[in-house]
Amino acid sequence: MSDNGNIVTLRNVTKSYRRGSQLVPVLEDISFAIRSGEFLALMGPSGSGKSTLLNLIAGIDKVDSGSIEIGGCEITTLGDAELAGWRALNVGFVFQFYNLIPVLTAYENVELPLLLTGLSRRERREHVEAALEIVNLADRMDHRPSQLSGGQQQRVAIARAVVTDPAILVADEPTGDLDRVSAGEILALMDQLVQDFHKTIIMVTHDPRAAEKAHVIRHLEKGLLTDG
Amino acid sequence: MFMVKYILRNAFRHKLRSLLTVTGVAIAILAFGLLRTLVGLWYLGVESSSSTRLVTRNAISLVFSLPISYKERIRQIPGVTRVGAMNWFGGIYVTEKNFFPNFAVEPRAYLDLYPEFLLTPEEQKGFVLDRQGAVVGRKLAAKYGWKLGDRVVLKGTIFPGQWEFVIRGIYRGAQRSTDETQFFFNWDYLNETLRRTIPRRADQVGIFVVGVSNPEQAAEVAQAIDTRFKNSLAETMSETEKAFQLSFVAMTEAIMIAIKIVSYVVIVIIMVVAANTMAMTARERIAEYATLKTLGFRWHHIAGAVFGESLFIAILGGVAGVMGTFPVASVIEKELSQFFPVFHVTTATTLLQLAAAAIVGVTASIFPTWRASTIRIADGLRRIG
Repeated sequence: MSDNGNIVTLRNVTKSYRRGSQLVPVLEDISFAIRSGEFLALMGPSGSGKSTLLNLIAGIDKVDSGSIEIGGCEITTLGDAELAGWRALNVGFVFQFYNLIPVLTAYENVELPLLLTGLSRRERREHVEAALEIVNLADRMDHRPSQLSGGQQQRVAIARAVVTDPAILVADEPTGDLDRVSAGEILALMDQLVQDFHKTIIMVTHDPRAAEKAHVIRHLEKGLLTDG
Repeated sequence: MFMVKYILRNAFRHKLRSLLTVTGVAIAILAFGLLRTLVGLWYLGVESSSSTRLVTRNAISLVFSLPISYKERIRQIPGVTRVGAMNWFGGIYVTEKNFFPNFAVEPRAYLDLYPEFLLTPEEQKGFVLDRQGAVVGRKLAAKYGWKLGDRVVLKGTIFPGQWEFVIRGIYRGAQRSTDETQFFFNWDYLNETLRRTIPRRADQVGIFVVGVSNPEQAAEVAQAIDTRFKNSLAETMSETEKAFQLSFVAMTEAIMIAIKIVSYVVIVIIMVVAANTMAMTARERIAEYATLKTLGFRWHHIAGAVFGESLFIAILGGVAGVMGTFPVASVIEKELSQFFPVFHVTTATTLLQLAAAAIVGVTASIFPTWRASTIRIADGLRRIG
C-alpha cells in the first residue's frame, strides 16, 4: 500500500484489441486510484471496457501503455511467470459463472490456490476450513459444484478467492447469474469481507442494486471514465 | 498429487465418451496385436528352423523329384550326420475342408532329425516298426478326436487311392512355437504301394532332409552335395532349412507387407479419432483452464493435465486391447488351427501394442495440449456460459 492509502493506482492506461487488421480501442487514458478497504463498483454499458479494466487490474491482461501499481508493485513490468505468482498471492477472483472446477469438491476447489504455496496439507486444511466457515458452507465441503445451488457455488468461489488472504478481490458480475435472494446474500458477504476483513473489492456490475453496496461507483462509457 | 487426481477425474468426466474412446483404442490395439501376430506367424517356420538341417531338392523345381539312390551318396559326404527322405503327400481327410499338412517320412531318420517333435519311446517304436504307422500333432489329434491305435483313411490327391493309417504316436512340440497340426507316416508304405500301383513313380523323393554335424559348415556341405550331383539327370539344390522356408515366405511377401501396412493404418486411424476427442475435450474446458491460470497455475500445469488425460485414456485402452488379444488369439488358434496352427502372442508383440497405445496417447494430446496451455486467460474466460 502506498503512503497516501491507495492500494490500486492506474495512470494513463490504454488498451486496444486487434480485430482482423483493425485496432479497436477499449480503454483510453484511464487514471484513477482505489483506497485500501474500499468497495468499488465499475458500471457501464456492454462493451464499455469494464471487464477489460478489471482484467488489467487483476493482472490477467496487459496494458498497451500506462502503469498499474498495486500494493506498491508495478504489475505492468512483470513477466508472465512473475505475474502468475503475484496473482496467486495478491488477488482473489470471483466470476459471474463461479468458474468452479466441476470434478472437484467444494473443499478441493477452495484449496486450489493454496496448492501453489508451500503450505503443508494440515495448514491448507486449516485455511480451507476457515474460508468455508466465513461463507457458511463448512457443512458442504464434500459436495461437488453440481450438488450446490448457484448461490452456494458463488459462496464457494468467494471462499476460494479469500483463502490466500489476498489484498484485493476482483469480482466480474458476481450476482449476474443469481436470483434476487442469492444475489443479496452474496452482496452481504462481500460487504462483510470489506467490513470485517478489510478487503478491497473491485466489482464490475450492471445491477444498480449491487452497485448500491459499493462505497464508490465508477462509470465507464466507450473506454472512458465519465465520472472524473 | 492434485494433478493425478485431476487427470483421473477428468478422464471419466464424460463417461460415455471416455468409454467409447477407450473401447476404440482397445479394439485398434487388439487388431494391431492380431495382425502383428499373423505377420510373425508367417515367419514362424523360418524362425523355428534348425541350423543343423539342410534341405536338398531338385534344382529345377520342388515339383520335380529326386531318386532315392541319392540318399546313400549324400550320407557319404563329410559333415553329413543323417539323411531322411520326405514327400509332400497332400492327402484329404473326409472332405477338402479338413486340410492339414501330411508327409511321408522315414521314421527313424525323421525322429533323429526333428527332436522338437516329442514322442514317448513306445510311440517312437510303434511308428518305426509299423509300415502303416502314423504320428500326428497333439492339436490335430484333439481336433478330430484321434487316439493311439485309431485307423485313419486319407484320400490321395498326388498319389491316388485310399490310404489307411494307424495312429502310433501323438507328438507334442518342444517349444510353444512348434506346429502340432501335422501328420507324418512311413515313407516305405508310400513307396511300396507305388511300386505295386504306379511303378514309374516309386523310389522318388520330394526332398532330402540332411543333418549336418557343424552348423558353420552348412554352406560347404550344401555345396558339396550339389557338386556331387552336377551334370546328373537330376541336379540338386541344397540350402539351409531356414533359406528353404524363406523361399516359401517370399512367395507371399506382398501379402505380408500389405498386412503390416494395414496394422499401422489401424493405429493411425485411432490416433486421429483420439486426437479429435482430446481436442473436443480441451475446447470444452478452455474456460476451466483459463480459471486455473487465473489462480496462478502455469502453462505446464495445464499441459500436464491435458497430456496426462490423453495418455491415461490411451494406455487404459491399450491395456484392455492387450488383455483382449490373448483370449481372441486362443480362440483363433483353436477354431482356425488348419490355417493358424500356432497363434501365439509374443512378449515383443505385447510391448509393441503398449508402445502403440502410448504413441496414440502422446500424439493425440499434442494439439490440445498446445492449445490449452497457450490460451490467453482473458480469451479463455470469455468462453464461459
